[in-house]
Amino acid sequence: MDTGDTAWLLTSSALVLLMTPGLAFFYGGMVRSKSVLNMMMMSLGAIGVVGVLWVLVGYSAAFGTDVGAGLLGKPFEFFGLDGLLGKDALTGTIPTTVFVAFQAMFAIITVALISGAVADRARFGPWLLFAGLWSLVVYFPVAHWVFDFDGKDAAGNVVDPGGWIANELSAIDFAGGTAVHINAGAAGLALAIVLGRRVGWPKDRMKPHNLPLVVLGAGLLWFGWFGFNAGSAVGANTTAGVTFVNTLVATSAAMLAWLAVERVRDGNATTLGAASGIVAGLVAITPACSAVTPLGAIAVGAITGALCALAVSLKYRFGFDDSLDVVGVHLVGGLSGTVLIGFFASDTAPAAVNGLFYGGGVDQLWRQAVGAVAVLGYSFVLSLVLGYLVKFTVGFRADEEAEIAGIDEAEHAETAYEFGGGLSGSRGNTKPNVAAGASAVLEGSTKS
Amino acid sequence: MKLVTAIIKPFTLDDVKTSLEQLGVLGMTVSEVQGYGRQKGHTEVYRGAEYAVDFLPKLRVEVLIDDAAVDKVLDAIVEAARTGKIGDGKVWVTPVEAVVRVRTGERGSDAL
Repeated sequence: MDTGDTAWLLTSSALVLLMTPGLAFFYGGMVRSKSVLNMMMMSLGAIGVVGVLWVLVGYSAAFGTDVGAGLLGKPFEFFGLDGLLGKDALTGTIPTTVFVAFQAMFAIITVALISGAVADRARFGPWLLFAGLWSLVVYFPVAHWVFDFDGKDAAGNVVDPGGWIANELSAIDFAGGTAVHINAGAAGLALAIVLGRRVGWPKDRMKPHNLPLVVLGAGLLWFGWFGFNAGSAVGANTTAGVTFVNTLVATSAAMLAWLAVERVRDGNATTLGAASGIVAGLVAITPACSAVTPLGAIAVGAITGALCALAVSLKYRFGFDDSLDVVGVHLVGGLSGTVLIGFFASDTAPAAVNGLFYGGGVDQLWRQAVGAVAVLGYSFVLSLVLGYLVKFTVGFRADEEAEIAGIDEAEHAETAYEFGGGLSGSRGNTKPNVAAGASAVLEGSTKS
Repeated sequence: MKLVTAIIKPFTLDDVKTSLEQLGVLGMTVSEVQGYGRQKGHTEVYRGAEYAVDFLPKLRVEVLIDDAAVDKVLDAIVEAARTGKIGDGKVWVTPVEAVVRVRTGERGSDAL
């Protein structure tokens, strides 16, 4: 065990957890004021459901002994982390429990990311049900494909086979361009189709109700993302340093590129564009941060930032109400970052692979494309199935009246902003309403 | 007594207020409102999508005045609020049956 590595991974785990409340602010600011709490609750709900499932079966399904062909780990191998608490349970140079915690945060945020596609209209209970089912059927297996590397003995023989994308295919996905972003983006597209458009979309202007919250969220995401990417080095080492710098510079370039597209196309560089560009850059560099140089990272960020700024208009052309652009940012950004590795990978970076532009030919490019398409297809189809399953059993969507009045009040009996406060507390209003209600009930009961 | 209601562009409020003060109008009520007139709303591009904005932000200014002051007050408001471009607003006058000052109980013109 290495104490420095362990300390960095404990820190990174907490950083990555903070991304999900950060996402709640990022998404919450983007919806209308009547649905901000529901939006934030979908992120918090994901922490609840996925956190528990991960410890029960998720870690085993993703990182347990492979059941065959690199498709899934044995889901009950470490049920409740059984057998992982002792001093000899190590993953690399860190205690396995630390790796369990780090990877738990990835599972949580991946599920939370999907919720942006169904803003303003998804009921909370069915969302929790979907979050649990999707983790079990989609995320845990895909995490196994992408993140579970073969365990080898001292002689280099495989003693603990892992997932097929990481090992047989050898696609590079350092921190989750496929497993997290393509995965969540494809699921978001599926759920936007399952739930249908919001009342009034696309005719009504549904501008973000609170852009400062969006900026706060983007800031927390970027902060946490240093744990997401540099923590994925699973150590305090050179790889962590390179990925950290790339996470900074690709994101900066992506934000500038997004704003440039907006300035040319719409006439104004917007705050929402800056925040979205930040996230698009973070998404793109997630798979690529170990494979490209800082100059390559600038290219990956700039290309993806511009691409995503254009891609968020696709929903109007195809008519799906992906409310907060989960598809335009996470699916398109994830595809972009994953595939661009095939062009910009440089063997001077920690992954030590050359892409097309560095004389490596198309070998890495096709591996990247196969990995990306496999996760996209699997996630989209299974998410459609699970979405319709929830829709046709317990129902997924709020009724029209609740949606128009505001889903916060209907689902959570709260509103984010009590602007009516000026009308309460006037003179003469001394009896508590609760007592008045209670006495009315008593009077009613004596009469009957 | 008359109630003069003016719908104006928000940035002309200070000019309107100054003009009315100069005429001796002692109070006014201002509210933020939204609406449209003959020019309708306008379109706006945001995040690559074009939207129709049907209701534009305006201010509603209300003043209570004596019958004799109506023409001068109308002229003052119109002159202060006019830019000559579409969307300058509208002013109308309605008769008022009774006015009471809450603090003193004065009625009619004394309460203005």
